[in-house]
Amino acid sequence: MNTVVVRIPTPLRSYTKGADEVHATGATVAEVMSALGAMHQGLLERVLDAEGEPRQFVNIYLGARNVRALQGMSTPVGEGDVISIIPAVAGGAT
Amino acid sequence: MKAKDLRLAELKTAIREVSPREALALQAQGAAIIDVREVDEIAQGSPPGALRLGRGFLELRVEDAVPDPERPLVLMCASGARSLFAAEDLKRLGYARLFNMGGGFTRWMNEGLPVEVPPRFDAGARERYSRHLLMPEVGEAGQLRLLASKVLLVGAGGLGSPAAMYLAAAGVGTLGIVDHDAVDRSNLQRQILHTDARVGTSKVASARQTLEALNPQVKVRPFELRLTSENVEDILQGFDVVVDGSDNFPTRYLVNDACVKLGLPNVHGAVFRFEGQATVFWPRFRMRRGPCYRCLYPQPPPAELAPSCAEAGVLGVLPGVIGLLQSVETLKILLGIGEPLVGRLICYDALRGRFTELELAPDPRCRYCGEGAVFPGYVDYEQFCSGVPA
Repeated sequence: MNTVVVRIPTPLRSYTKGADEVHATGATVAEVMSALGAMHQGLLERVLDAEGEPRQFVNIYLGARNVRALQGMSTPVGEGDVISIIPAVAGGAT
Repeated sequence: MKAKDLRLAELKTAIREVSPREALALQAQGAAIIDVREVDEIAQGSPPGALRLGRGFLELRVEDAVPDPERPLVLMCASGARSLFAAEDLKRLGYARLFNMGGGFTRWMNEGLPVEVPPRFDAGARERYSRHLLMPEVGEAGQLRLLASKVLLVGAGGLGSPAAMYLAAAGVGTLGIVDHDAVDRSNLQRQILHTDARVGTSKVASARQTLEALNPQVKVRPFELRLTSENVEDILQGFDVVVDGSDNFPTRYLVNDACVKLGLPNVHGAVFRFEGQATVFWPRFRMRRGPCYRCLYPQPPPAELAPSCAEAGVLGVLPGVIGLLQSVETLKILLGIGEPLVGRLICYDALRGRFTELELAPDPRCRYCGEGAVFPGYVDYEQFCSGVPA
């Protein structure tokens, strides 16, 4: 089990009491996300679909790489890795 | 015999002389013709495609213009004398394959060979763009390219304002601006194109007034309308780059689809409170295939998960940072310099003061830009983004 930093995008910070980064542990991206979901009620369904895959308007990055380009949610994580949740943002502030 | 004539006679034996016709043939095979005459001589005409480096700055400029020392070079001046001295200097710099054009431009003209009158900067433009002209990455050729370029800004809002200001200042010749809205006082916290006195007036008219005051050389083409599936191609057609600063998902997907279809680079920026993102969506980038917006986000989020800036707020200066990244990318694309943000997303977290770079891979199965994909047509974007199945 490794502890990783998960970066929370602004629209989802209401689920993390405003925190922009939280720590979670797991051996894979899926395990980390599941631990994150257990700590912060309501967050996971915003990010993952019923099959546990990233929803179509969200990307999950491990470091600089999209997990889709790695081994998906089964991608192993290392101690101190950074996971970023990047949702689609429309705002151009018109 | 004067010393110069003796020296010229010596050099003639060392540097091979070619006729203007032979010079033209060499150029067609990949040689560079280097015109070393003065600016006022060149203004009367010069061989098409010649590198006009000038005798005075030749040694300082030639390596930027011709990095390969093995590339054949044909030196030319008015008669063939100055160019012979210039050829000798380039030989000392390490250029191996040098030719001198006998008879110079006078003979070129007499033989009826093609002539190009290079566009010139007037004194005002030379002064305005002097900081660009000093840099080899822009220079006269780059600045002329910017002046001939056409950029379409989708939105004259938070992102479009700073982007348009700097593109106009940089001398991008034509700026198209699409916005159907009127200036609202709540816009002025970030939309620096507009002024308090113009509250209630058309945004594109306000943008035009500001940009033409900044740089009267720039032509502003206002499109006071909403982009739709019906008008998008007519509007985008003819522009070199699209800067997407829109504020809603239907427009983002529409702009993406049209850019994919027309092969245009889509310089993307988005902001939310203290965070922003910038990238370039350009599947047809010649150096490597880039993703489109749909590769990244095949579906938009449902409305409750994607509050707009009008609902959630944004730090006024944040779109300034992101809009300026968009204008930097636009200028790089127009000038063909540097590494555009194709396949890379820059995320800016203002509160942390942190930029993060993420890789964006194209989706080979993308219905819009994937391998062998046939453009599936425009859709009903409002419906597509409302989450209701079509």
